[in-house]
This record gives sequence, structure tokens and C-alpha cells, in this order.
Amino acid sequence: MRDAEGHGKFGGVGSLRNAGLRFCLLVSVGLFCLGPVLWQAVTSVKPDQDLVRLPPIWPDHATGSHYERVLLESPLAQSLANSAIVAASATTVAVVVGSFCAFALARLPIAGKPVILGLVLATSMFPPIAVISPLYLLMRALGLRDTLVAVGLTHAVYALPLAVWLLTSVFRQLPSELYYAARVDGCTPLRALLTVLLPLARPGLAVAALLVFIFSWNEFMFALTLTASDSTRTAPVAVALFPGLYEIPWGDLAAASLLVTLPVAGLAVLFQRHIVAGLTAGSVKG
Amino acid sequence: MAEVRVEHLSKRFGAASVLPDVTLTIRDGELFAIVGPSGCGKSTLLHLLAGLDRPTSGRILFDGVDVTGLEPRERDVALVFQSYALYPHMSVRENLAFPLRVAQRKNGLDRRQIEDEVRRVSGFLGLDTLLDRRPRELSGGQRQRVALGRALIRKPRVFLMDEPLSNLDAQLRASMRAELRRLHEELKITTVYVTHDQTEALTLADRLAVLNHGEVQQVDHPHEIYQRPGNLFVAGFMGYPPMNLLEAQAEGESLRAGPIRLTGSSLPSELRHDRMVMAGIRPEAILVEPAEKIGEEGAVAGVVRLIEPSGSGMWVTVDLQDTRGVTTIIGAAAAGFVPRIRDSVAVVARRPAVHLFDPATGQRIGSA
Repeated sequence: MRDAEGHGKFGGVGSLRNAGLRFCLLVSVGLFCLGPVLWQAVTSVKPDQDLVRLPPIWPDHATGSHYERVLLESPLAQSLANSAIVAASATTVAVVVGSFCAFALARLPIAGKPVILGLVLATSMFPPIAVISPLYLLMRALGLRDTLVAVGLTHAVYALPLAVWLLTSVFRQLPSELYYAARVDGCTPLRALLTVLLPLARPGLAVAALLVFIFSWNEFMFALTLTASDSTRTAPVAVALFPGLYEIPWGDLAAASLLVTLPVAGLAVLFQRHIVAGLTAGSVKG
Repeated sequence: MAEVRVEHLSKRFGAASVLPDVTLTIRDGELFAIVGPSGCGKSTLLHLLAGLDRPTSGRILFDGVDVTGLEPRERDVALVFQSYALYPHMSVRENLAFPLRVAQRKNGLDRRQIEDEVRRVSGFLGLDTLLDRRPRELSGGQRQRVALGRALIRKPRVFLMDEPLSNLDAQLRASMRAELRRLHEELKITTVYVTHDQTEALTLADRLAVLNHGEVQQVDHPHEIYQRPGNLFVAGFMGYPPMNLLEAQAEGESLRAGPIRLTGSSLPSELRHDRMVMAGIRPEAILVEPAEKIGEEGAVAGVVRLIEPSGSGMWVTVDLQDTRGVTTIIGAAAAGFVPRIRDSVAVVARRPAVHLFDPATGQRIGSA
């Protein structure tokens, strides 16, 4: 007992030192990661004349003129709405289709599952640039060029392998007895999926949805190629088209970038609450 | 309720044959146990009966009707899992009602009737006060009851149980065992009960099948299995402590197993020549007494290797030394005698029931 207490005391001092070290490490990593974002935030509120001078790092007075300009005078608001529509529909399609696919791969008796999973993964190995011209021609032939449908569909297809892989492992981690119990209790496989497996897979579904949403929100190349007008451009494309021929509006650019980043960052924080383990606690021994 | 018949059922997973060829008949209204060591194929057999898996070959008949190709929901069976498999996102009430809600179109029950059924089953199992809880807020025994209730509520034709008690502590297990027996007496639903615990199988079942490596070793009433094990595996597996299995040789009228001489007129006639056999003697037929008894009739000297108190008595593992080597035997300590390890003791086998087995085939010999 006494021995343990002694250890405890040393442990106290050591853990204090550890805490200090950890704090420093976290701060430096945080600065490293968030530094550019901070810089951008500062830039977005600097008056125009301060933008290209280094002192002051901190502007004397903040201005909202950049935000005003990008939201009211540029098509950014429209682009943000486009991005939201595209990302939401791509997420819905990828998660719904991915769930069915993953459920089949995880629970149903299908021959050659590893091969199927391998093929699914292989499709996401093509770099976007390699498929972009055939994709453009295809969309034009389908009459979908310069529509949100084209961008959303492409994003959904491109994110599907990720969703399938993620959800397959999510379904595999759910105790197989739960599926069997549902089947014996009278469910068809589909009903077992809808009433038992999907509610339990919610944390995994949230993660998959979040990842697909972020991918679609940030995706640039497909969106750039498949759209041609302000009414269909997504936010990253719109921001990229900000620089004019003779000048780069740094303040506007910073403000727009922040506005584009914020929804995704907010979603990540919001979903974090759902991404907790232990939803299956109590169903099996424990 | 139904009679369950399994005909030449086999199951392979890839190259591994889990069930080579099983034929069984489970009578209508019977509590039938399938017992065997881990990996003997008993859970696979249960999954096949439930329809969760397809057999490689063979047939399953319920009341003479082939159900081999039917889906689980078309078979009208209920399955209680070792892990209970309660739906964690549903309350106890919803868990109990689930099988009825799923089949609502078929059984035509409305919401009120389902609620009545839930109340009936929960009253029956003493779950009335827990209906709004989630499974994770229940104790092991309560979860077990919910799992039973969910299986009972549908009044299935066949009740399947996959080691339903093995996650409970010993005390609870004994009382749940009694309760299962009571439930069965009341409902008389054909029940197939899978367990690795031979005590459970012996105390609970009307009849039982001993399974090893996917092959049925013996099917009989618990009493018969215990009194007349059909082969060496059943002899060694059923009963605790396990039966003493000794190499023995017929010598005239008697049988010699190491230093022990077993006399008796019950030796079958085919042993009357110097043939090697395996002789099985239950530990309770062997008495371990203080060393003073050495030299009395039938007493053999030995040294205690292990002791295992069983509460009321004590099991003693004794090494018997003779010219040919050491024979190890388990016996019961005589009343009031508490031997210690490395003590010298006397081992007495007074006309025990001896089970004889052919050492080559493992099959029981004669009727002794």
C-alpha cells in the first residue's frame, strides 16, 4: 500500500511535468495547423491599404467591407447555395446506396466478397484528371453539362467507394447475433437492415456522411470542368475565379475562403457529438 | 409445437466439414439438449434448424414437412442467443413486441393486442416494472428474461436456445435453470437446447444428444447417458469429475486395472481371455480412506496428488504405484476424512459399476 502511495506522489510530479509538456506540444501543433487560417482571418478584416504592408500584423481597426463585397456584390452566396445542394445530394446518394451495398457485403451470403471490395476500391484509384475528359463528354451527351445534377452525381459516384468501405466495416462490427435475432424474429434481410442495423450504425453513418459531405464541398476539378456559369458554380470554383486579370483582391479572397470553410468546420464540430462509441452497449454481454 | 427431424444433415465451410452427417429426431413437446465440447458443431446445427444457414446436404422436417429451403421467418422458430442479442436501441417493451410487430400483417394483431401480449409475457417473467428501460440498464439475469420473453411472445413451434445461461453467474444460472424447466412444463413447446455444460444438459433435458466433431455419439435420457455411456467419449465427457478410464486386463474371473483388482460376476463372457479393455469407473464409486486401511480387502496404497473440495465432500486424485508404473485415479474422500497432498492413503473400490469399452473402437462392450 505504502509503495503504491509513493508511486502516486512521484506520478503526481511527473504528470504535472507531462501536462506542461503536453500543453506546449498541443499549442505548437495547433498553431502549425491553424496558423494559415488565423492569418486569413486577420487578412479578411484588414482595410485594403494595410493588406500589402507587413507592420501592422494586427490592423488598427477591423473592417467588414470584404465580407460585404463578397456576399453582396459577388456570386458567392449563390455558389454557397449550389455547394450545399450538391454536397447534400451527393451525401444522401452515397450513404443510401453505400449502406445497401455495405450491408450486402457484410451480412448476405455473396460469393467473392473480397474481390468485389477490391474492385470497388480500385475505382477510386483513378485520379480525377484521368477520367475528366470522358466524364465531360458523357455529361454533355446526357445533356447534363453545366447542371448541379452532373456535379452532384459525379461526387456521389466518386465518394461511393469510401462510403462502401467504411460502412462495410461498420456493419461487420455490429454483433452478428443482432442480425440473426432480427431474422429469426421474422424480418426479411431488408427489414432487419432498416429496423435493427441502421439505427445501430448511426455513428458510422454520421462519419461516412460527414466525410462524403466534406469531400463534395471541397471538390474542385470536377466542379470546375462540369460547370460554366455563375448559377451552377460551387463555392471552391467561385473562389478560385476571384482573382482578376490585373489585381488579386486578397481581402475578398480571404473573406470568401473563410466563408466557404466555416460550414464544414461547423459540421465537423456538430457531428462530433454523434461520433461516440457505445451505442451498442448492453446488447451483448457486458 | 412440432416434431423436429434432421435427416443426414451436413455442413461444410470451404474445406472444413463441421457437421459430417447428423440424423436426429426430437419429439413433439420435448426439451432436447445437444451437448458437446466447443467446436463440436452444436451451434452450427442450431443455426441450420433456425434457417440462418443452409445445409450442404440433408433435410430438416418439422412435423414431417420439409423446411430445409425455408427462410427463418417462414419456419416459426424462436432463438435465444448466448449473448441475448437484445436490440440496444429499443426499450424492453419494444424488444418484446418486436416479433409481433414484424409479423403484424400476418398475425393481424392491432396495437392494443400487442400491448396485451407484452403485458402477459412480462408478467409471466417478472419484467413488468422494467418495460421502459433500455437493455443496457438491465442486469444479466434481467436481460436473459427479456431474451426469453421475446422468444416466448410469438408462441413458436420450436424453441431454440444457444447456451442461454452461460453468461450468468453460477447462482443465477441454477435458478434460471429451474425456471426454464418450469416454463417448459407449462408451455410444452418443443425445445432444442444447446450447451457445452454437461451438468446443465443432464439436469435440464428430457433427452439429450452428445455431439463430438459434428458426430452424434449417443442419444438417450440423461439417466441412461450417465448409467450406460455408449462409448469412451461420452464416458469421459458426461459427469463430473470425469469417469476414471483405466487400461485393464481380464485375469480369470476378475479384471486387473493397474494395481486394482475388480472382481464380480458381471464381467461379460467375451472377456474371458487375456484381452485388453478400457474399464470406466465413476469417481463416486471409489473411496479414498486413511492409510490405516491399507491391507484390508480391496484396498490399494496410493499417494494424494490433488484435492478438490466439492462442498459436501472432497474429490481426491491419487497416484497408485505398482510394478508396471503409475495409475492415476479420482475418488471421493471417505466421510470425515480430509487428506492432504502427498499423504499416503488407501483406495478402495468395493464392487463398483464398471463400464467396459473396446480400446480400439471406443465402443461399449457387453452390458456390465
